[in-house]
Amino acid sequence: MSTWTELVFVLVVVLDFFVLASSRLKAVIRGAAAQGALLSLLPLLLATGKVELGHVLVLSIGALLVKGVAIPWLILWAIREASIRREVEPIVGFVPSLILGAVGVALAFAFSSAMPLPMPGKHADLVPSALSTVWTGLLLIVSRRKAVTQVIGFLVLENGVFLFGLLLSDFMPAMVEAGVLLDLFAAVFVMGIVIFDINREFSSLDTEKLSALRD
Amino acid sequence: MIASILLRLLYLVLFLALPPLVLGVVNRVKSVFAGRQGPPLWQLYADLWRLARKGAVYSRTTTWVFRAGPVVALAAVASAGLLMAFGGSPAAFSFGGDFVLFAYLLGLARFATVLAALDTGSSFEGMGAAREVTFSSLAEPALFLCLATLARATGSLSLTGMLGPALPDAWSHAAPALLLASIALFVVALAENARIPFDDPNTHLELTMIHEVMVLDHSGPDLALILYGASLKLFLFGALFVRLALGFPVQGLAGVGVFLAGIVGFGVLVGVVESTMARLRLVRVPQLLVGASVLSAFSLVLLLR
Repeated sequence: MSTWTELVFVLVVVLDFFVLASSRLKAVIRGAAAQGALLSLLPLLLATGKVELGHVLVLSIGALLVKGVAIPWLILWAIREASIRREVEPIVGFVPSLILGAVGVALAFAFSSAMPLPMPGKHADLVPSALSTVWTGLLLIVSRRKAVTQVIGFLVLENGVFLFGLLLSDFMPAMVEAGVLLDLFAAVFVMGIVIFDINREFSSLDTEKLSALRD
Repeated sequence: MIASILLRLLYLVLFLALPPLVLGVVNRVKSVFAGRQGPPLWQLYADLWRLARKGAVYSRTTTWVFRAGPVVALAAVASAGLLMAFGGSPAAFSFGGDFVLFAYLLGLARFATVLAALDTGSSFEGMGAAREVTFSSLAEPALFLCLATLARATGSLSLTGMLGPALPDAWSHAAPALLLASIALFVVALAENARIPFDDPNTHLELTMIHEVMVLDHSGPDLALILYGASLKLFLFGALFVRLALGFPVQGLAGVGVFLAGIVGFGVLVGVVESTMARLRLVRVPQLLVGASVLSAFSLVLLLR
């Protein structure tokens, strides 16, 4: 059981690398979706005997539906409508961002054991994977030009936050977690509208052009 | 004791005799995918025999460096085979840190080939040499990080110890890290042996070639040495990958059988990759190699924690 849990954490971090390194938007979206689907397995794998099954199931199925299906589907639909396929010329190139991501992951794994946590005793890989995923999301947001990739960066960041939240899943009432998922859904929805407005205004999704706006 | 020595001898004989057959397996898989009948499995033996009986042509601009290239390359790769623990049985020679010597014997082989290519004075071969050196400098960290992961997981610094009886134990407590390391090692094996997606061993077009361009000026027995050396190198990487991926305990003759089945499986895997993937654009090659390095570095981080 523990090996499978560890394998899920390792796959989550490997998907971080994949998302950082690929330039095709469809591949990036699928990577983020696969990461969301993997995360939805974790509440089940990490569940101890004490917590009630209903809570865990709701959390897991909710995460699968929102992170693995609904949001990726929305973004795929958005790139089809805007007809873009690739991230061309990111601000930080693919190889440097991959190396930066690797450095972040190494630091996360090196220092996470030194962090004082309110709930020790969860799986040892949980905190470093969460920190690595948050770091990857931040990197994607600041280093890419296309609005769609930035939205995916936010999605990955949110995956990391969800992973960190699992640390507290024993006390957190399901409503708070549902609220987090709903927040994310609303945020992606708003970003979708913004993407369309940028696309209509400039007929491209390059966020650099926003800095040329005057009133 | 005598059985152990005989087993090592058997592995060395297999190492010297079988490599062309592995390339035959790769080519057969590619033919099946393409719907062709394909050359016979022993085609490379026939090619080597034909080339060995021919005379060699040397350009007047070349020196002894050009003639030494194929010989040094083959000798270096064959000596690297002495350090390899085939199928988990002890290597012919082993000492602490011999994996560094292993990696740099392969490096010496490449260096000799590159020098011979530069010695011809052809700009075309110079370009191929530059590409080969660039990509192998990116593949080397990935290889070393994989071997360091193995060393950390098994607590041994020689290839015999890394691939020996400690490997199954390492799989039982560090499976995810070793899995990542084997994937990275497979990518390195494809890059080092100039297979698709890094290089296409079939073409002789200047835009696509990396390794093949360097051996264009060699002919006759020299070319035979180069082809044989390349197949030995593929076999070595195959042996490393197979032992790492199939890390369960087997001994004696059963181990030889498992090892040979694994090598054939490696040939089939390479053939499937070559049939289903296109060659990468040249600018994407460093990206994949850095990706392999990052994967193996991550596997090492998982173990160091």
